[in-house]
Amino acid sequence: MKNDIVLSMRGICKTFPGVRALYNVDFTLFKGEIHALMGENGAGKSTLIKVLTGVYQKDSGQISIPGVNKDITIKSPQEAQNLGISTVYQEITLCPNLTVAENMFIGRGNYHFINWRSREKKATEILSRLNIPTSATRQLGTCSLAVQQMVAIARAVDMECKVLILDEPTSSLDEKEVELLFSLMRDLKSRGVGIIFITHFLEQVYEICDKITVLRNGELIGEYEINDLPRVQLISKMLGKDLDDISELKNRKLSQNMQDAPLVYEATGLSSTEGIKPFNFFIHKGEVNGFTGLLGSGRSESVRAIFGADRVTCGEVRVNGKNAKISKPRDAMKYGIGYLPEDRKQDGIIEDLSVRENIILALQVMKGFFRPFSKSEAETFADKYIKLLEIKTASRDTPIKSLSGGNQQKVILARWLLTNPQYLLLDEPTRGIDIGTKVEIQKLVLKLAAEGVSVTFISSEIEEMLNTCSRLIVMRDRKIVGELDGEKMTQAKIMHTIAGEATQND
Amino acid sequence: MIKLKKLSNSQLAIPLLALFLVIIFNLFRDVGFFSISVIRNNYGNLVLSGNIISILNGGSELAVLAIAMTLVTSATKGQDISVGALAAIAGSVFVRILRANQITMPVILLAFLAACIVAILFALFTGTLVAFFNIQPMIASLILFTAGRPIAYWINGGATPTVESPLLDCIGSFIPGIPIPSPILIVIIFGIFVSLVLRFTNLGLYTQAVGINERAARLNGINPVFIKLLSFIILGVCVAIAGCINVCRIGLINHETILIDIEMDAILAVAIGGNSLSGGKFRLAGSVIGAYIIQALTITLYAMKVPSTAVKAYKAIVIIAIVVIGSPVVHKYAHEFREKFFKKPMTVTENN
Repeated sequence: MKNDIVLSMRGICKTFPGVRALYNVDFTLFKGEIHALMGENGAGKSTLIKVLTGVYQKDSGQISIPGVNKDITIKSPQEAQNLGISTVYQEITLCPNLTVAENMFIGRGNYHFINWRSREKKATEILSRLNIPTSATRQLGTCSLAVQQMVAIARAVDMECKVLILDEPTSSLDEKEVELLFSLMRDLKSRGVGIIFITHFLEQVYEICDKITVLRNGELIGEYEINDLPRVQLISKMLGKDLDDISELKNRKLSQNMQDAPLVYEATGLSSTEGIKPFNFFIHKGEVNGFTGLLGSGRSESVRAIFGADRVTCGEVRVNGKNAKISKPRDAMKYGIGYLPEDRKQDGIIEDLSVRENIILALQVMKGFFRPFSKSEAETFADKYIKLLEIKTASRDTPIKSLSGGNQQKVILARWLLTNPQYLLLDEPTRGIDIGTKVEIQKLVLKLAAEGVSVTFISSEIEEMLNTCSRLIVMRDRKIVGELDGEKMTQAKIMHTIAGEATQND
Repeated sequence: MIKLKKLSNSQLAIPLLALFLVIIFNLFRDVGFFSISVIRNNYGNLVLSGNIISILNGGSELAVLAIAMTLVTSATKGQDISVGALAAIAGSVFVRILRANQITMPVILLAFLAACIVAILFALFTGTLVAFFNIQPMIASLILFTAGRPIAYWINGGATPTVESPLLDCIGSFIPGIPIPSPILIVIIFGIFVSLVLRFTNLGLYTQAVGINERAARLNGINPVFIKLLSFIILGVCVAIAGCINVCRIGLINHETILIDIEMDAILAVAIGGNSLSGGKFRLAGSVIGAYIIQALTITLYAMKVPSTAVKAYKAIVIIAIVVIGSPVVHKYAHEFREKFFKKPMTVTENN
């Protein structure tokens, strides 16, 4: 098995204006190997895949595939397919209203006449060979997500692919469906297909992969045999924190005496339609706590459930000691809860509206439909927060979309600060913004807490969490797996808890 | 100068420019086009007459519908193509109630209210499909676009009944002693009312927020479903106003021809007004100006003795020009052109 390389990439570089997405990255894939590509957001995984599938063109470096003698520059996804590189994306890119067979053959070859009968026969053959439990004539949309995913894979495999890229194929599947998918992957592996597997689920990596390549900030961290890289090490490599030099001496004055402060928010058995396991959660007045875990661990979904952003399916909530019903964002806002969403563009900013309108929006909604702020009131609010948070904008009437990411984030923050909340949920408030602003936001969080506001803080950067939070709730695979506070809050401890190996390694 | 620059960057620049061009064209063609005279009409009242009055008077229904279309477009990112058919329904209800009673002012008000309620209910049918079932507005309103006029036919039993009363003339043409046609007055009153609503409620802010980013709007406590339904309720009211004005104007209801094809003009008015047909930010003033541009074009073409069957073709040519000039691609070219030939020192506004 070792002697057959199906794909090798050497010294791949790719730069976007202002961003170095990939720098000198090597990647090697052998025949019959399942190879995990790991890294946090912005590590360069997707860029690498896009270079490989021809969505982007590399700036420098070599890609070689056995059988093709020279260097390859892949210019289009079509070309990648012809070279035997197929990709199945997280979102299924097939047509739900066509049949399984039609989906498997659509857009392939340049036939003018198609014999659907024979295609259906061929499709049935492939499906049974790969043990995919569906029939060729069934409409794709009526199959389960897992089966749709598998049909996408079958389509890829049938195009005689040597390299199969699975980009987060399991994120919308349940456990059983994942099992089904894995057995198909093992089957393909035994047929000699090289599989690149991208996922955020650590369990799955250790269940099915042979090798792991870790990227961070666009650079190659290393390639490891699965048995040589325990989970804790993997996480430390992904996050870029060495276990050895962990400085755990962050001052955490805030953690003291938190127990005496009254509870601001309390939830028991809370769960939402986004598939998080029911969880218990509470926060004291003036406390800063945080949800930590890898991407996709359910930390965002948890705060969304608290805010009522997703449909809450079960659970009891108490605010300030009284029973409360929070089923939609408006309810949460009435209880003085604010939520800065993770996805600034999709969930946060109203692009075409001005900075002023974006700042006053939440408070305006709370004030009511028939009681709009006068223009001068709104301008006063806007000016106050533009000054307070040092928002860099040409004027308060500039559309928010023309601001930089960090400043957009400050506007959203201003929007919630203006509502004078007693409890703020900040999901990745520091993502994608420059270091200076990150520090400012952390300082602001601590200042708010000192003023008695409770804050739940989420960040991919553990250091930020350690700086700001006095209690950390650790999540993995959509459930809470631990809670750390005081002395126990160290990077090592967090990583162990995320990895779920706390008991073995301590 | 600064004001001029602000205007040229404003959304209203293109519609105002178009209106200006239409006026200039008419001035060169016939200086007398804009003359307004005072004449004595059939009832012996002194009234204003002239092309401008015809434009303002004839564009009333379109202006009202353009307002409704703008709101629906903004909130739902799509257009309602059933406004003409809905106006036929509203008009039929109006006529039916008028004919069943002695025509007095209370009866007219009652009939108008009934027309409003019926129009709102039908608009809410489309609105429900759009807001709850996420069906594209154009598809959802296709149902009433097709079925609306047959429903109107059924309301009055297939006839094209006439209604006659001096009171209706007061609404459809002139109030004795006032030389300005009543529909113009109605549009002015309605326009003031709508601007007051926009001023004293958050209708504008909520509608735009929902149209631009529905998810973010929801996370800020706005109920997108309600806002979309609200835009359709307003559409119902506007449709009833337009339908009733038209009935009073011509004194009968013909369900087949009343305000025929007006939905396309209303959508055009929104587009000419510089509003994006894919929703979001809007300026009602732009749409209203757009409506009168369309009407001015029609009147101009009639004044040029273009046969009425050919008017639409000529209108299309002008509209193509307006829409293309207003397109982002042309804007970009114009901007580059300006940069190249009238190079000015860059004004830096964005540093502090």
